[in-house]
Amino acid sequence: MKTLAELNAIREEMEKTVGFRQETNDFADDYKYHVLVCGGTGCTSSGSIDIINKLNAELEANNLTNDVKVVKTGCHGLCALGPIMIIYPGAVFYSKMSVDKIDRVVSEHLINGNIIKEFLYPEMVNEAGDITPLSQTPFYKKQHRIALRNCGKINPECIDEYIGTRGYEALNKVLTTMSQDDVIKCILDSGLRGRGGGGFPTGRKWQLAKDLVKGGQKYVCCNADEGDPGAFMDRSVLEGDPHVVLEAMAIAGYAIGASQGYIYVRAEYPIAVDRLNIAISQAREKGMLGENIFGTDFSFDIDLRLGAGAFVCGEETALMTSIEGNRGEPRPRPPFPAEKGLFMKPTILNNVETYANIPQIILNGAEWFASMGTEKSKGTKVFALGGKINNTGLVEVPMGTTLREVIEDIGGGIPNGKKFKAAQTGGPSGGCIPAEHFDVPIDYDNLIAIGSMMGSGGLIVMDEDNCMVDIAKFFLEFTVDESCGKCTPCRIGTKRLYEILDKITKGQGTLEDLDKLEELCYYIKENSLCGLGQTAPNPVLSTLRYFKDEYIAHVVDKKCPAGVCKSLLRYEIDPEKCRGCTMCARQCPAGAIEGTVKNPHVINSDKCVKCGACMDTCKFGAISKK
Amino acid sequence: MSSTKCSVPFSGTPEQEAKLLEVINSLRDEQGCLMPILQKAQDIYGYLPIEVQTIISNELNIPLEKVYGVVTFYSQFSLNPKGKYNISVCLGTACYVKGSGDIFAKLQEILGIDNGGCTADGKFSLEACRCIGACGLAPVMTVNDEVYGRLTPDEISGILAKYE
Repeated sequence: MKTLAELNAIREEMEKTVGFRQETNDFADDYKYHVLVCGGTGCTSSGSIDIINKLNAELEANNLTNDVKVVKTGCHGLCALGPIMIIYPGAVFYSKMSVDKIDRVVSEHLINGNIIKEFLYPEMVNEAGDITPLSQTPFYKKQHRIALRNCGKINPECIDEYIGTRGYEALNKVLTTMSQDDVIKCILDSGLRGRGGGGFPTGRKWQLAKDLVKGGQKYVCCNADEGDPGAFMDRSVLEGDPHVVLEAMAIAGYAIGASQGYIYVRAEYPIAVDRLNIAISQAREKGMLGENIFGTDFSFDIDLRLGAGAFVCGEETALMTSIEGNRGEPRPRPPFPAEKGLFMKPTILNNVETYANIPQIILNGAEWFASMGTEKSKGTKVFALGGKINNTGLVEVPMGTTLREVIEDIGGGIPNGKKFKAAQTGGPSGGCIPAEHFDVPIDYDNLIAIGSMMGSGGLIVMDEDNCMVDIAKFFLEFTVDESCGKCTPCRIGTKRLYEILDKITKGQGTLEDLDKLEELCYYIKENSLCGLGQTAPNPVLSTLRYFKDEYIAHVVDKKCPAGVCKSLLRYEIDPEKCRGCTMCARQCPAGAIEGTVKNPHVINSDKCVKCGACMDTCKFGAISKK
Repeated sequence: MSSTKCSVPFSGTPEQEAKLLEVINSLRDEQGCLMPILQKAQDIYGYLPIEVQTIISNELNIPLEKVYGVVTFYSQFSLNPKGKYNISVCLGTACYVKGSGDIFAKLQEILGIDNGGCTADGKFSLEACRCIGACGLAPVMTVNDEVYGRLTPDEISGILAKYE
């Protein structure tokens, strides 16, 4: 394919296919129905592939293969309610599907045209039984999807469907009508900042890579080594819309004068790796990657490199060292990658979500993008909501949305009537945000001001049952494990932090330890070589700042208020309530419960391993932990 | 360094070695080919014993200590063989706050092995892993490619029994 006319021909052909998948649409398609089934990691894990197979078999049996198109899509966002199925026209959203429900979907919906209300996403049906459109349900209403616009809408293994949503049009526009400086200016003016955590202006990065060294070999890299535990935005983009990343990397390649790109993706994401491989070969076939793209003298190709499970490789210089085939250790900066990066050549590295915004900015203009968000943080941000929240999943909201809107309105609040305690953003580099900052508009600068950071977008909600000292310890255990060992402050400092925290959770801490903890945190922050060490103390500092009372309770009162730290727990049997049924004594793995039938039992705390088995088994609620 | 460090003696076949040499030859001219070769080698042998690292070192003319350094840096590479059924428990944040630590402890208790260990009969191996991205189903564990979500410690022995 060499011209815009050829691209437009495919787009017009596909427009009715992808245009059909809107809540209200004016497009008629050859098929009567499109059934979209989520093939993302969450839904695949809960069985969506079996559902697709069953659906295809049923359609075959009913002679419906010419009327119904089955599409395996990427993530719709509502992972907690998977497997998810959406039927167009009408965006009828069936949640928690299973193989045994498929018969009815085929006979009632696809043959007779009746929506099956009891399969619907519960938020779509009100008390009177009326159906609310999907886009008006609380989870989707406040979202604004740019990076995720195609996720869950198109077949990610079909380049034509991507072209049908104006895919590769931005690349054509850049190559045929814009200079390198025009592209960089557009990205600069849009105010787009890196979505991987740091928030460095993307356009500025590109400008440096273009100007610092003129000509010669340069590289464009994509950071898809999404290492934050609990964050899966990048994975969802790669699984649901892989071509957007390829297109954006080619645009970046043109802007800085690079002819080769590398995507460094986690090996733990097999579906994303598969879809990227398919997308790259399709793009090469169509001439969107390779020599002389769109008949211009611009040539660009992309290779995949698989990570091997090292968190530090999310750091830019470590990632490049790893692509070079070494231990993924960071390098001191300067020289910055824009000057000497991969294989010591000028390199830019952006994260998946950053790239996912680029084609839209080129097509719609910098002003369009800059009109969304706050003064210094433009556009939208994708968050992976997880932990103690009703609607676990993926959400994309304009910058400046408050935590309250994300957690209460979109996330549906905390399950089981528990009380919100903190939201953790930024993973092991970020901090915990307490309820008092619920109404702070989320953007890069505000989050730093309240002691956390944007990070890549993991947002883990914690309730009253989570112990904040234990959470800080959890993150430090992670960083101790993932520290590459190159610089001393990080290698030894994080270990010492962990040991102090461990001591505190065992009830052996002193008030002096708390001071030592804080001092060490600042020392590690100031002296570590790379971002991993510089941010590793954040979980400790933020919990110390907002939840000092919990630390004090562990140190002074030797109590864990949330009842998590086992060394500080004691199980007791209330003799008034105990009927002497002997159930607990039989369950106890340590033989720590003594007593005779029909007489109150007693727990021998020397033997007790605090597993809680007795409490779970007691029918009379006689056992409590203190 | 010898294979005596490993719990199971090396038993590579000539077919496996031929495959490995084929992989090395197809990738050796690429810049930074060591990692992709190690990944493919682990697919072929299931793990990366010192014997396999030695072949790679000789073929690529890279010092063995560098190969060993790379292998031990990344958690995905394993110096020990995995069990017939490899169990990974996600200890990512989302799973952790929902109690995956208890799931892991239960597995350790039942199988009698620690993180990274393998049962004496070679049946089960156990590892803690980072987020597998199925946070919607937390807490999660996988047995080979099978994903088990929304787990409670009570369910563990029932799940293991399926593989007995």
